[in-house]
Amino acid sequence: MEVLRIATSGSVDDGKSTLIGRLLYDTNSIPQDKMEALHAASKRKGLDFTDLSLLTDGLVAEREQGITIDVAHIYFSTPTRKYIIADTPGHIEYTRNMVTGASNAQVSLILIDARKGIVEQTFRHFFIANLLRIPYLVVCVNKMDLVDYSEARFNQISEEFQQLLENAGYKGREVKFIPVSSLYGENVASSNGAISWYQGPTLLDYLEQVQFDHADSVHPARFPIQSVIRPRTTEYHDFRGFAGKVASGHFRVGEEVISLPSGQRSKIKTIEQFEKQLDTAHARESVVITLEDEIDSSRGNMLVKPDQQPQQLKEVTAQVCWMDATPLTTGKTYLLQHGVNRVKAKVQQINFVVDVTNYEQIEGKTSMGLNDIGKITVKTASPVLADAYSVNPANGAFILIDEFNNTTVAVGFVE
Amino acid sequence: MTNQINWEFPQALEDEAIYILRETAAQFEKPVLLFSGGKDSITLVRLAQKAFYPGKIPFPLLHVDTGHNFPETIEFRDWLVDTLGLDIIVRNVQDSIDQGKVQEETGKYASRNALQTVTLLDAIEEGKFDACIGGARRDEEKARAKERIFSVRDEFGQWNAKMQRPELFDILNGKINIGENVRVFPISNWTELDVWNYIRRENLRIPSIYYAHEREIIERDGLYWPYSPFLNTTADEVPYLQKVRFRTVGDMTCTAAVLSEADKLEDIIAEIMEAKISERGARIDDKRSEAAMEKRKQAGYF
Repeated sequence: MEVLRIATSGSVDDGKSTLIGRLLYDTNSIPQDKMEALHAASKRKGLDFTDLSLLTDGLVAEREQGITIDVAHIYFSTPTRKYIIADTPGHIEYTRNMVTGASNAQVSLILIDARKGIVEQTFRHFFIANLLRIPYLVVCVNKMDLVDYSEARFNQISEEFQQLLENAGYKGREVKFIPVSSLYGENVASSNGAISWYQGPTLLDYLEQVQFDHADSVHPARFPIQSVIRPRTTEYHDFRGFAGKVASGHFRVGEEVISLPSGQRSKIKTIEQFEKQLDTAHARESVVITLEDEIDSSRGNMLVKPDQQPQQLKEVTAQVCWMDATPLTTGKTYLLQHGVNRVKAKVQQINFVVDVTNYEQIEGKTSMGLNDIGKITVKTASPVLADAYSVNPANGAFILIDEFNNTTVAVGFVE
Repeated sequence: MTNQINWEFPQALEDEAIYILRETAAQFEKPVLLFSGGKDSITLVRLAQKAFYPGKIPFPLLHVDTGHNFPETIEFRDWLVDTLGLDIIVRNVQDSIDQGKVQEETGKYASRNALQTVTLLDAIEEGKFDACIGGARRDEEKARAKERIFSVRDEFGQWNAKMQRPELFDILNGKINIGENVRVFPISNWTELDVWNYIRRENLRIPSIYYAHEREIIERDGLYWPYSPFLNTTADEVPYLQKVRFRTVGDMTCTAAVLSEADKLEDIIAEIMEAKISERGARIDDKRSEAAMEKRKQAGYF
C-alpha cells in the first residue's frame, strides 16, 4: 500500500477545515468518539448540522490563545491508499510552518474562495509549492454554492491562476482545477451532480489516481551512509555493513560503486533488509549494503555510481527560507546539515531577497528576517555532496542550524 | 465492517521508522527505548532489531514499573528481553513512593498513573539519557498531531509547543545542550491500524491479555474492571468470571476490559476497528442539502 502525502494551506475561513473534515468523514476515517464529540459541539453552537470544520479547529482555539500555530498531521485511508495531510496555516507570519509542512508533500492542495478569487495568500501558497517543486498541484475552488455554482466564475478563477503559473514559470508537473462545495460535500469525495457542467473527477478520485514519482529510473543513485554496522560477533566476525536509506535512484548487487568524498571504488556484495537478501534497493528503502572490498567509509559519506556523481561543493549557492526570529547576517557561521552530513558553513553573501507576491528580487540586503525567502552563498568547511534541487530534490536540500542554541534556522535548496 | 479494513501494511512507514532509529543512534550519546509492554513499544523493539541487524540494538530498554502491571505483561516483558538478548533497565514507582518523592493516591479510583512521570524523569536524569525513544503516534490526539519526530524537552521534561524546531524533509536535527533531552517518535505517522497490521505482518507476539480470556472482573460505572489486590473495591462490587480482552496494556487499576470472544489477531483487529469507526449513518448534511436542493432548483440547475 502506498502512502500519499498532501500539504494543505489556507486560512480558517476559506473552508479548508470543512474540506479536510469532509474527506475524513466520507472515507469513514473519523472514530466514533470523535464523531459524537462533533455532534455535541455542533449542537452547543446552535447548528442544525454537524460542523465538520470542528475536527481541525483545534487550530482556531490555539490562535485565540496566541500560541504559534503549527503544522498538524491528519490521517485517513481508502482501500488502496494511506493519506497523510500536513495541514498548515496560511498567514504570512507562519510561512516557515508552511514550508515545513509542505516539504514532504507529493500534492499541494490550494483552496480558493469562489467569491474572493485569488488573494495575496494564494500567491504565497503557490510560491512555496513552486519553490519546493511539489509535483502535483490541486486548486480547489471552494464555496461554489455561494456563487450559484457558476461555471463562468470557476473559469474566470482558473484562467487567472493559469496566468499566475505562466508568470512564475511553474516548476511542478501538473495542475488540476476542481470546483467544490466542502459544506455540501460536492466534488470532495462524491458528487450529487449539483455542478452539472463539470465532468472531471472529484478531489478524492483525483488523489486516488495520482502517480507516485519513485523516480528510480530518472534520478541518479544516492546512498547517504547513516552508520556502519560491525557486530564483531563470532557469527559476523568480519561483517561491515553500511546502513542507510536510498535517497534516490537504485542500487543492484554486483554494481560498481564509488564512495565519496574519498573516491574509493568497490562492487556491491549484498543488499540486506533485516534477514532478507535483496537484489535491488530502491529509492526511500532503508537497507544495509556490504561491499566486496574493505574501503574506508563512514557516516556522512555517500555511495554513488561512478558515472552519476554529485557535485562536491565547498561553496553552495541556494534559495533559502529563513525561519528564525534572529536574522541571518553575512559573515556568520552556522552548521549546514545536508541529509545526514553536518559541516560548518559561513555566509558569504545574500544575493537577493524575494518579494513573494510579485517575484521581485531585492538586492543589496545584508540580512534576512523571519520568513524571508532569498538566495545566499555559503562557504563550507568540507565538501557537500549535493545535486541541484531542480535536478534531484531528494539530494538537493539542506538545513542551517544555529551553533549556539541548536535550533533549525533555515532550509535551503541548492542551485 | 471487516471488509472495510485494509489489511495491508504500508512499507514506507517501516523504512521511515528504521531511518529515524538509525539517526537517533548516530546523533545521540545515550539513547534509551521507553518500553511499556504494550503493542506500540513491542513494535518499536521490532523496528530497532531490524535497524541494526545483524548487530545488536545499541541502546537499552527502560521500563517504568508501577507495581500494578498485569502479571501477563511482566511475564511477556521478561520473555522478550530473554529471547532477543536485550538490555533492560527497570525502575519502580514503589521506590519513588518509599523515597517520599510521590504520594500514593487513596480512594476508590486510586491509581499510579500520574506517579510514574516522576520515576521516569528521575531515571532519565540518573541514566544521563539524551534521547528517549517512544511509541507515540500523531493520530492519538490533537496536540500530538503537531509534535515533531525529534521533540526537544528541557531538563524538566517539558515540551514547549511554541519553541518547536522546524523539521524539514527527512533531515533530523538532534543537536541539544547538556541537560536537555529529545523524545524520539519513530512511528509518528502510523495509525492504530498500521500498528496492528505490522504486528500481523511480522507475526509478533503480544501479551496474552490482548486476546479473549477468562478472568475475574467487577462492574463499575458501566465498565468491566479486572479484579486484583490493587483495586480498592466497595462491598457491592463482587467479582465474577467473564470472558474479556483488553484494548490497551496499562495498570490493573485503570485499564477496563471489553467483553470479547476474539482469540485470533484478525478478529481482534476487526473488533477494534469496528468499535472505533462509527457506522456510516444518514448523511450529515441532510437538513442542509434539502435547503440546498431547493436553492439549486430555484437557480434552475435541474
